[in-house]
Amino acid sequence: MAVVAHDSPELGSTRVRADFPVLERTVRGGKPLVYLDSGATSQRPVCVLDAEQEFITDHYAAVKRGAHQLADEATEYYEGARAKVAAFVGARRPEEIIFTAGATASLNLVAYAFGNATGDAARFAVGPGDEIVVTEMEHHANLVPWQELCRRTGATLKWFGLTDDFRLDLSDISAVITPRTKVLALTGESNVLGTLPPVADLTAAAHRVGALVVLDACQSVPHRATDFAALDVDFAAFSGHKMLGPTGVGVLYGKYELLATLPPFLTGGSMIEVVYMDHSTYIAPPARFEAGTPPVTQAVALGAAVDYLTDLGMDHVEAHAMELTGLALQGLSALPGVSILGPSTTANRGPAVAFLVDGIHPHDVGQLLDDAGVAVRVGHHCAWPLHRRYGVSASSRATFGVYSTADEVAALVDAVAGAQKFFAGR
Amino acid sequence: MQMNDLYAEIILDHSRAPHHAGLREPFDAQTHQVNPTCGDEVTLRLAVQRGDSGGLTVQDVSYDALGCSISQASVSVMTDLVIGESLTRAQQKLAAFEAMITSKGADPGDEDLLGDAVAFAGVAQYPNRVKCALLGWKAFKLAAAQAEVSAA
Repeated sequence: MAVVAHDSPELGSTRVRADFPVLERTVRGGKPLVYLDSGATSQRPVCVLDAEQEFITDHYAAVKRGAHQLADEATEYYEGARAKVAAFVGARRPEEIIFTAGATASLNLVAYAFGNATGDAARFAVGPGDEIVVTEMEHHANLVPWQELCRRTGATLKWFGLTDDFRLDLSDISAVITPRTKVLALTGESNVLGTLPPVADLTAAAHRVGALVVLDACQSVPHRATDFAALDVDFAAFSGHKMLGPTGVGVLYGKYELLATLPPFLTGGSMIEVVYMDHSTYIAPPARFEAGTPPVTQAVALGAAVDYLTDLGMDHVEAHAMELTGLALQGLSALPGVSILGPSTTANRGPAVAFLVDGIHPHDVGQLLDDAGVAVRVGHHCAWPLHRRYGVSASSRATFGVYSTADEVAALVDAVAGAQKFFAGR
Repeated sequence: MQMNDLYAEIILDHSRAPHHAGLREPFDAQTHQVNPTCGDEVTLRLAVQRGDSGGLTVQDVSYDALGCSISQASVSVMTDLVIGESLTRAQQKLAAFEAMITSKGADPGDEDLLGDAVAFAGVAQYPNRVKCALLGWKAFKLAAAQAEVSAA
């Protein structure tokens, strides 16, 4: 989408920033913190911390068991959070939301469950002759689990490459997605390039050959209205801690009719129907995929984060992020010797701005930015093959949150120019 | 810590014109080290010779390194410090460098032993750069262990 200056007065405003106490602190000898690393992990508003504290203080108990009021209340909070998340991402029913330890756990859950499939669940099984398709822009969390599934089962890994203009190479889709394809696993938004692949089109192409689609939605859910049902993806994974929620909780979304026959990955308490000494049967989703004590407190806090984002309005959240992205692309591109690793305009793009500075290694760029109080990520951002594709070992990356401001983008650009001056002058 | 101290002139000089760079023959051990968080890597070769006293001496250290200025300069300074030394003395320097770098600033480094490498003392203030400074030294440590085994 083409984004021009958008009137979203609330976001990045003093009122919103006041909800995030960490933004008031200084770093490196009194410099105001300019936190531009929300794509790695976002800061948390007070209401999320309060929700966690209130739950622990007044309602905490083991969920889904116990013949006491506290257990009922805790269960209600936990299931209430599930319903909030379900509505937030366009699930058809709360049972399509599985709470996990994080997006990495969600993606491994799917990959291992596929690997466990036999009998009634044969449609999920993969083996020799089958193909799993990923893309060259995947985060390692949506690449390595599929490499491992192929290694365990004898299936073949294939991928969409990348073009010189930082998009998926879709010049020959039918050569990549074939009748042998069993799984298409792809990101909804590159955590480095910002590129948005055409998820709905690729999902339709995968479905035409009977393949299942697994979406890594970690980067998109925090700043864009999400409707998994409309996208028609079969499974989707995202993290709590990138969307103003806590660490230790993530989500696996799955179409209910698929979850109903998908075999479990982790087994044990809370996921069984009847247990005998020699075998067991399993209850219906989502509990079948939530063995052991789930991250109850974190899920409740994630529900509060969803409320906070919903109050801000996801349309505003997206417009704000893209406004800052436009400013960053403009400001950084204007510096001689700085290039964007990703599309240079906001068209069909999300708010991750990775960049390279001629003659200065990203680690050294990050060090000078840090000295100016500007927190960015440096390295390969868990997307090593992507960096290799573009002939670099690492990049610097700025990402934005609901609390980020245009002044902070200006501080980033100034700090990059300052880093260039520092290394040129010595 | 000021950036001028972290990026001391000696460090920038070495990163811009690294000493003993490039891979050379012959060699007795070769190792490869990677920093998985940033993708920096170094391939290092060590050539040793048996001295008059029977101990091993570092005849040559050559390397191919990809990385930030701290990691590039660190491996370069290291080669100056260990080439021509007995392997035992080189390993003492390595231990002293590692102690200084991981001391969080408590250990300024022994200049008699470490020479120019004390310029890296400032790195100890930045935990996320410690791995950069140690990359080449770790490669040398492994190569030295390999060379000792094959010479035994």
